[in-house]
Order: sequence, then structure tokens, then C-alpha cells
Amino acid sequence: MLLSMEHLRKEYPNGKIAVDDFNLEVDRGEFIAFIGTSGSGKTTTMRMINRMLNQTSGTIKINGKDISKMDPVKLRRSIGYVIQNTGLMPHMTIQENIEMVPKLLGWSKEKREEQAHKMIALAQLPDEMLQRYPGELSGGQQQRIGVVRALAADQELILMDEPFGALDPITRESLQDLVKHLQKDLGKTFIFVTHDMDEALNLSTKVVIMSQGKQVQVDTPENILRHPANEFVTNLIGEERLIRAQPNILTVSQIMLKNPAAITPDKTLEDAIEQMHERRVDTLLVTDKTGVLQGFVDLDDINRIADAHTPVSRFTQDRVFYVKANALIGDTVDRILKKGVKNVPVVDEDKRLVGIVTRTALVDIVYDALHGAPDANEKPASPINADIHAAATREGGEMPQ
Amino acid sequence: MKDMDLFNQLIYYFSHNGMYVLSQFNQTFLVSIYGVLLGAIVGIPLGIWISQYRRLSPVIIGIANVIQTVPSLAMLSILMLGLGLGENTVIATVFLYSLLPIIKNTYTGMLSVDGDVLDAGKGMGMTRFQVMKTIRIPLSLSVIIAGIRNALVIGIGITVIGSFIGSGGLGDIIVRGTNATNGGAIILAGALPTALMAIITDLVLSFIEKRLTPKTSSEG
Repeated sequence: MLLSMEHLRKEYPNGKIAVDDFNLEVDRGEFIAFIGTSGSGKTTTMRMINRMLNQTSGTIKINGKDISKMDPVKLRRSIGYVIQNTGLMPHMTIQENIEMVPKLLGWSKEKREEQAHKMIALAQLPDEMLQRYPGELSGGQQQRIGVVRALAADQELILMDEPFGALDPITRESLQDLVKHLQKDLGKTFIFVTHDMDEALNLSTKVVIMSQGKQVQVDTPENILRHPANEFVTNLIGEERLIRAQPNILTVSQIMLKNPAAITPDKTLEDAIEQMHERRVDTLLVTDKTGVLQGFVDLDDINRIADAHTPVSRFTQDRVFYVKANALIGDTVDRILKKGVKNVPVVDEDKRLVGIVTRTALVDIVYDALHGAPDANEKPASPINADIHAAATREGGEMPQ
Repeated sequence: MKDMDLFNQLIYYFSHNGMYVLSQFNQTFLVSIYGVLLGAIVGIPLGIWISQYRRLSPVIIGIANVIQTVPSLAMLSILMLGLGLGENTVIATVFLYSLLPIIKNTYTGMLSVDGDVLDAGKGMGMTRFQVMKTIRIPLSLSVIIAGIRNALVIGIGITVIGSFIGSGGLGDIIVRGTNATNGGAIILAGALPTALMAIITDLVLSFIEKRLTPKTSSEG
């Protein structure tokens, strides 16, 4: 456990409670995003980690050591710090800026210089840039320097306060790639404050959603998209994003119809026709006694045979296309739609028939994902998105008090 | 003398009393410099101090403002009651008048340093002293020098008036000129070097100010 925060509370002298009972455990190599509306206490929480602010109560431990017993100056030198407006020293060259913490730590000149060259390469910027001043770089380049400066003394933990908030979308994306690379390939741990939900969902391994100083939900991006804890979270994520994410988080079993029309191979054609009539379908799935999918029979094939007592097994087409129940819709939808079949049987791990997916249900999901959030008086095409729509359009979807 | 015009009279005065004018020039210059130097020694730390404890700034700047509103001749006379005649009283007066520009500029300079840069410096693990030495002072130095420049120009003016209470200097020559009949040339002989001194110190300090402005570009 690299960082653990327990029952953290921050109360200002004027009685305002900025953070209340905040708990979080962070493993090495994780990418944690703090997200919430302004005034939710996300920046306050982050600033308590390097003691830019001191908590009223609760403990923060880094590698098991209580930071309130450490020298704040030494603590800060061991934690990388990136802020929104870069905070580069305008009167120092890029090299001097990068070498700042190593210099504070008393590294030798040669070692510092070597590190500066290494860092500018890591930032994917040309080496000549070391001799330039921050004012001569573009905003994106400055923030690249800001990010690698926070790593220059081999800090394990890096705090970032809305680091890309001031950048244009394209520059922001390339910087997100950079930090993602630093986290994945160098195993650095990031704590990251943002109000950009896409950024939080794309970059992080764990998202901490905060409101009014409290944690509302702490989970992986997938789980948050799958199960938003309450209406506040649904609203924060946005209906649009939730519906778009559906194909990638819904499994086939969630949209299939249970209890499909099926028949065992030993039954006669007469039985089959009767069952088709009863269920008003033109195909029947064929399963053996244990429910394992064997194939299907089609009404067209049966029509050509006169003898009603022939067993179903003679006309079973065993080339049947099926999907697994736990497969993600996003992964299977293309295959299903391209096959042009009307219905697809759904099987479990042992190939036992558990349900059927209709083409209509699939198309609805795809339509919603492409179309995005419907208007308030419209309804999403797929009933499975109706809950999201209802939660998002409910009057004043604030967190319940 | 009577048959010479003003300009020739002035040349004549300089050619006969050149060394005297020079020594008075020195006297005026030194008195102003001492006063401003003392003002800087007190004013810069005071300015830094109130930039850290901002609640004190209205009090300190208010006091310096009040001092500034007292007419210089009145201030000289008041101080003379305590310190007596002579150059020390003038140095004390210059000191008092240089406080406001120096304190105010130091304070403004300190506050004009970008908060993000300070936050980054502190967040990366600089001590308060390191923040002051490597960020605050270099980034506000040019503004502080501008304050000293202002103080020095004011100081020269006061020193000239200070000759009324016996501090000598170029003011003496001007006073003598005003007392003499047709003393226009003598007045000029004191006033021109005074003006020159003010202009030159202003130029020199503005040059220093530019040199001390931290480089933020690799060109030039």
C-alpha cells in the first residue's frame, strides 16, 4: 500500500467542512482521479497529501509512515506536484526548472544534467529546448515540462491538480497519452484532480467521485459506468456518456429474452409445429435433455415433409450461430448484425441454452449509442436505457441530502 | 560682470568656482544617497514583511503615506528641533521620504509574483527562505529598484532644500543667488547641476533596473 488515507477531515476556522470522513487506499502504479463539482473538496483532499494543507483530523500514511510526523519540506520533495497553470519559473531555463527538485536534494551537477536530458526526452521534446525559457514554449510544451519536472527526482507518487484544464482538446489528448505512458511503463502512481469526466474515465484505474466534501462513489471506471451509485453520479457522468458506454459494459445476458422456444430432438415434427404455433415463431432451437444447444429447426424445412411423425433430429440444422451470455454487447453486436439472422441463441459456459437475443433489441442499443441522449420528452429506443434516462431527466438530480 | 549676458556669467562662475561647485555637488549627492540607502535598508525588509503579513500592510503603508504628505520644509524644521542643524537632519528627512516609494514598490513587487509559481515552488519542497531567495526576490527585484529610483529623485530635491538648515550642498549656491542682486547666474550654477544629478541618477538606475529584470527569453 503506497498511500492510505483514513477518516480524513478538513474543517476551516469559519466552520466550513471541506472534506469529511475521506478514506482511500492507493496501491503502487494506480491512477486515481478525484472528480466532483467545484467546492466538492477534491483539491483540498489532494493538497493534504503533500501537506500544502493540514487535515483537521484523520491520518495519511505514505509507505506506512504517518506524514503528519514528517518534515513537510522533505515530504514535498519526495512527491511530484503538477498544477494547472504549469507553475514553471519564468526566470529560469527549462533545464533549471527540471533540475529544481534534484538541486534541492543536493544532487551533483553532472547527475542533474544527465537527468535533465533524460527528462526532456521523456517529455518527447527536443534536447535544445533545455536552454529556452518557459515563455518561449507553447502551453502544451510547458505542461509537458511541468509533468516531467514532477518526476525528475524519481518521485513515486505524483499529484496533479487539473493539469490539462487550460489546454485545447488536441494538446490535452497528447498529454493524457504521456501521463498514461508514465503510469503504465514507469509504474508511477498518480493522484489526479479533474472536472473532466472523459479524462477521469479514460485515464484512471479508480475514480473517486466527491460532492460536498464526501466520497459519493469510489470504483473502477467500468463499474461506475455500469452501476452509478445514485442520481448525482448519473448526472455527473451524464446520460449521453452512460448510454454511449452501454455496448461496452452491458453483457448479452442483460438484453436477452429468457425462456426461448426450444425442443428436444426426440420430439416429432407434429410436436414442433404445434409448439411453433403456440409461441408464434417460425424456428425452434433444438437442445438435448441437459439443455445443451444442438441446432435449430426451420418451418420451411418442415413444410416439405409430409410425415408428421418424423423425429425433429432429422431436420435439425446443426450449423447454428450463438453467443455467450457473459460476452459484451459491443464485442458481439457487429458479428450478429452482419450475419443477418433474426435471432441469436445465447448459451452459458457449458453451451447450455439460456436465452435468445432478438435483432430488434440489439438495434435499439446500437441506435441509442449512436444517437446519444434523447430529449426529455423522448424515450430511448432500448428499454434498458430507460432507467438512465429517467434518472438523468428527473427534476434537480442532486445527491439526496 | 554687468556687461556679460546670463550665459557668459554662468561660464565665468563655473570657471572661477569649479572646484567649489564640484564639492557641493558631492555633498548633495552623498547626503541623498545616504538617506535613500538607509531607507532601502529599512524599507525593503519592511515591504517584504508586510507582504507576508498582509493585514499589517494598510498600517505601515498608511504611516509612510502620512510622512509623505508633510511638506519637506516643515519636516526639516520639525526634525531640526530634535536633531539640530546640519546634514544628519537632512539625511534623516531623506530617509523618511524614501520609505514610502521603497516600501510600496517592494510590497507590490512581492505581491505581483505569480501565485502559481509560488505554489509550485512550495509544493516541490522549497523552504520559505528558498522561495524568497529563488522566486520572490528575483521576480520582484526590478520593481524594488524602480522604488529606489523614485526615492533618490525625491531625495535630491529634499537635500537641496536642506541647505536651509545648514547641510551645505548645491542648495547653498542657489540660496546665495537668490540673496544677491541680479543673482540669476548663481541660481543657475546651483540649479543646473542639481537637475543634471537627478536626471543622471534616474537614467543610471533605470539601466540597472533593466539589467536586473530576470531573463525570460533566450534571445539577446
